[in-house]
Amino acid sequence: MVSFILRRLFVAFCVCVTVSAISFALMFLSGDPAIAIAGAGGRAQDAEAIRIAYGFDRPLLIQYLDWVGNALTGDFGQSIYFNIPVTEIIGNRFGVTLKLGVMSFLLALVVAVPLGVAAALRPNGWIDRAALVLAVTGQAIPSFWLGLMAIVVFGVWYGWVPISGAETWQGYILPVIVLSYYAMPAMMRITRSGMIDVLATDYIRAARAKGLPMTTVIYRHALRNAVLPLVSLAAVQLGLLLSGSIVIESVFALNGLGRLAWESLLRSDLPVVQAIILILSLLYVALTTCADILNAILDPRLRGAA
Amino acid sequence: MTELLLDIKNLSVSLPTDRGLLNAVRGVDLEIARGHTLCLVGESGCGKSLTAMALMGLLPRYASVTCDRFDMAGQDLTHNPQSKLSQLRGRDVAMIFQDPTSSLNPTLTIGRQLTEGVMRSERLDRSAADARAIEMLDRVGISNPAARLTQYPHAFSGGQRQRIMIASALMGRPRLLIADEPTTALDVTIQAQILRLLGELQSDLGLSMLLITHDLGVVAAIATDVAVMYAGRIAELAPANELFRAPLHPYTQGLLRAIPVPGVTKRGSQLPAIPGRVPGLIGTMHGCAFRDRCELASEECASSPVPRYAHGSDGFVECFMAAPGEALQ
Repeated sequence: MVSFILRRLFVAFCVCVTVSAISFALMFLSGDPAIAIAGAGGRAQDAEAIRIAYGFDRPLLIQYLDWVGNALTGDFGQSIYFNIPVTEIIGNRFGVTLKLGVMSFLLALVVAVPLGVAAALRPNGWIDRAALVLAVTGQAIPSFWLGLMAIVVFGVWYGWVPISGAETWQGYILPVIVLSYYAMPAMMRITRSGMIDVLATDYIRAARAKGLPMTTVIYRHALRNAVLPLVSLAAVQLGLLLSGSIVIESVFALNGLGRLAWESLLRSDLPVVQAIILILSLLYVALTTCADILNAILDPRLRGAA
Repeated sequence: MTELLLDIKNLSVSLPTDRGLLNAVRGVDLEIARGHTLCLVGESGCGKSLTAMALMGLLPRYASVTCDRFDMAGQDLTHNPQSKLSQLRGRDVAMIFQDPTSSLNPTLTIGRQLTEGVMRSERLDRSAADARAIEMLDRVGISNPAARLTQYPHAFSGGQRQRIMIASALMGRPRLLIADEPTTALDVTIQAQILRLLGELQSDLGLSMLLITHDLGVVAAIATDVAVMYAGRIAELAPANELFRAPLHPYTQGLLRAIPVPGVTKRGSQLPAIPGRVPGLIGTMHGCAFRDRCELASEECASSPVPRYAHGSDGFVECFMAAPGEALQ
């Protein structure tokens, strides 16, 4: 088990190095960054001054190591647009996305797993059909439309919740529901299909032959095996939710990471974009590594594999 | 009168299909006396496994099971069998399955899988349950059993896993063991070991056993009585030695002829096979199910019911052509 975790962490480290190199290279993707910063009307000597001020005249490797070294201490440089530290800007915005993402993820998970299990116990029964309707509508209805409708109905007509903003906790209710409704179907369907497969196995029949009650068979024997694919999917879903939904954050006027990324792209605020990409990529690496380790805890057969 | 561990009369199992009701088991009568081994033989699809699953109450919800009498391990299960079966399963009656590699949960330790049943049903604590698991693993020939309780199924070979399945079945100290083709998925040398183990356990523990197989070699090695099943019905039931000496049903005769005998069967010669195919089981069936493949069949064989004749002391044969003694019904 320890060697499995060490191997997995080594792989994760290699991915991190690659990802950081790619995000660093993004700076140079759109041509000379000094000219980009100087702007359309910038003169050649302005660009030259910027090049020296930002250190673009140094060798690439030195620039990269310098950037990585600073990033490790939490310094992603200055925002070109706001001229304040990138870390400060992201720090202000990430809290909103973190709350929204984690709550949406937990709500989706709490709905998806019991519903998937219940649907699998009686395929084509009424719970299964209702769950299918919920899943199809969740995937088919665009989030922005559902968000707007929810605002109109519950914010404007009934006035139960604020129509926008994250100043109070009530402001999170609608965006969390809308976002989790979008994330739930995939997790529910994978729980259902995993459960149906597992319930048909010989070891479930053998567990029943031992005289175990059905609830023990389902929760001790079946669910543990059925959630293995869910763990991997859930890690990716959580990453997706934590990277911020541009649509949901815009509809509900939440100042989260998704909107920041979008605005920074429009403003060509490259240090911010670069930092967001690096942070989110590392988040994904961390989440998938955690999912792999969790799966190895659940299924001993995976511990031998790299 | 010896004690009967299993006594079923007119057991039927039907499954709904797109083309109509599939009557997979059509009125099976079986009896197993204490300490006896009844082998249920027949080709794939004849209803052997469904019969066993019905006895254990493990059939899917959509299967319909009917029975005139269902006594098992001293309990009358004829009415409302499911609730009483949940009390019997894993205690008085245990079952082992065909494929040991898929019958153990890959994500739970052997110790956990062996002990979870008795910890619930007998309220044993962990150390008492572990002690019994070690005793049973030792009994079925797993070396160093105490250390192996914390291992997972993938650390064991196929033969060892079947031994573990047998140990698991013995945990509740059953009186009747139902074994559904326990050696089919194993290679030949392991098959012999597992059969020997089952035979030993049976005589040591006074177990009664229902052994399902399509291997007549297995039958010869272990059976006290043999029931030959064809198309959902018992065609012939007899003590093993009588059945091998003087089979009465043409189907049994065909099965026995198809076994190669070393020294007698000529090398390269074709074994006599039973021509034709098993009839479809959808809908009701009139007359003898075997008549289309039977060389003795006459027009009479299409009429119902098929007469049943006594065969030895406890056995019977259902055939128009085999008339060894007086008709039973």
